[in-house]
Amino acid sequence: MSIIEFLQYSFIQKAFLAGAFISVLCSTLGIFLVLRKMSLIGDGLSHVSFGAIALGLFLGVYPIYVAVPVVVAGSIAILKITEKAKVYGDAAIGIVSAAGIAGGVILASLARGFNVDLFSYLFGNILSISDIEVILSIALSAAVFLTVYFFYYDFFSAAFDEEYAKTTGIKTSAVNALLSILTAITVVLSIRIVGIMLVSALLILPAASALQLAKGFKAAIAIGAVVALLSLLLGIVISLLLNLPTGATIVIVNVMFFLISLFYKKMV
Amino acid sequence: MEHILSVRDLSFSYGPTEALNNVSFDIEPGDYVGLAGPNGAGKTTLIKLILGLLRKRGGTIKLFGQDSGGFSDWRRVGFVPQRAAVLNPLFPATVQEVVGLGLLSQKRFPRKIGPADERKIEQALSAMDISYLKDKIAGELSGGQQQRVFLARAMVSSPELLILDEPGTALDPQSSENFFELVKKLNQEKGITVIMITHDLGQIGKYAGKLLYLDRGVVFYGGFKDFCQSEEMTRYFGPFSQHLICHQH
Repeated sequence: MSIIEFLQYSFIQKAFLAGAFISVLCSTLGIFLVLRKMSLIGDGLSHVSFGAIALGLFLGVYPIYVAVPVVVAGSIAILKITEKAKVYGDAAIGIVSAAGIAGGVILASLARGFNVDLFSYLFGNILSISDIEVILSIALSAAVFLTVYFFYYDFFSAAFDEEYAKTTGIKTSAVNALLSILTAITVVLSIRIVGIMLVSALLILPAASALQLAKGFKAAIAIGAVVALLSLLLGIVISLLLNLPTGATIVIVNVMFFLISLFYKKMV
Repeated sequence: MEHILSVRDLSFSYGPTEALNNVSFDIEPGDYVGLAGPNGAGKTTLIKLILGLLRKRGGTIKLFGQDSGGFSDWRRVGFVPQRAAVLNPLFPATVQEVVGLGLLSQKRFPRKIGPADERKIEQALSAMDISYLKDKIAGELSGGQQQRVFLARAMVSSPELLILDEPGTALDPQSSENFFELVKKLNQEKGITVIMITHDLGQIGKYAGKLLYLDRGVVFYGGFKDFCQSEEMTRYFGPFSQHLICHQH
């Protein structure tokens, strides 16, 4: 079957549509997270989403509906533990992440019925994305994009030099909280594409590739978006042609782009 | 005349460790104050309190006649932090983008940089003689160039008070000299009030008009003539350090 024939299937079209929004969203937030050395917050929140999805399955509620508020709460918990308990950020991520995984394992053990469903969330399946998930992905992506657009200079200034940003009247604590909440929503949306295990790759890899090549902050965001989109498109196509798992293929294409960007930087 | 900055009975501690004890002084428009003192004397703490980066616990700070707790007109204050402490060499921001951050103090939500702002950025770059660096990545510049970028960022909002935290750190002697000349020019030609933290007593003697010497409390605050003629200061500093500060003045 050719690529053109594949593209005529509605499940492929939905995968491209939702995937395009979410991958560009991940790359944009990823630039801020990587530069602020907060890359692992995506990893930590994806572990929280494991617990949240288990909770959704346990309660018989659509898991993504449970995951959004729970993972947002997890992101605020990471910030509060860092600020109030005098714990370093990476340790706070470790604490919240461990609680998420442990909670998920206990719920899975208690329920004994939804382990197969939970497994599908661990590795994602963009090709089985439903209409409601496409709409949800586009709507939440648009909300996050608009927030980033309106707070672009606040995020940029806080990422470049948080202390200086405060001297210009920017409320950096609020900016940090907002960035964490947007990351939490993005992590939940990304689960359907690459799964809980690989969510952080979508946040980190396009940003890391862009930072090798960019000659300006806006350029970094633009390059990250292009890398993310190309990785998604190539990942879906290659996975269809070679019958490979789509999420993992998207991540491997991202890794290839990162290696190419490293090589290009060395050459120039 | 309204003081640019008025500090009264300011005290601050980090837990049980006292950083500032009963500090009081006034800074007038057009002053160039060198802020010096040994390590741990409270210099950076004082600057952070003035800039609202730390919350004061005792005493008052008035900026342009307004209590620092409610002060919001931050475009009137320019700040140049220690370069080595803030610059991430991997951050892909261009010089133009970095200098534009200095304009955010004038903006309200949603903060945006428009064409009029870009003209201000061009003017600030030109005043610092770094227009040719506009599209370069700030983290890839030499130390002296980076310091000028940070000075342009502080100056782009046309502040009346400029605060510099050890701007000569990690600069070679020539770059350091050029930078201090530039700050002196801003003070003399534009009447900008300057507070500069430095460990280099010779630089203070050469460029500043007043010395504020801290050691948790105020050891000395005043003009150099008084400082150089003070026997108390000779006893405190020893004749060599006092001479170092005084001989270039």
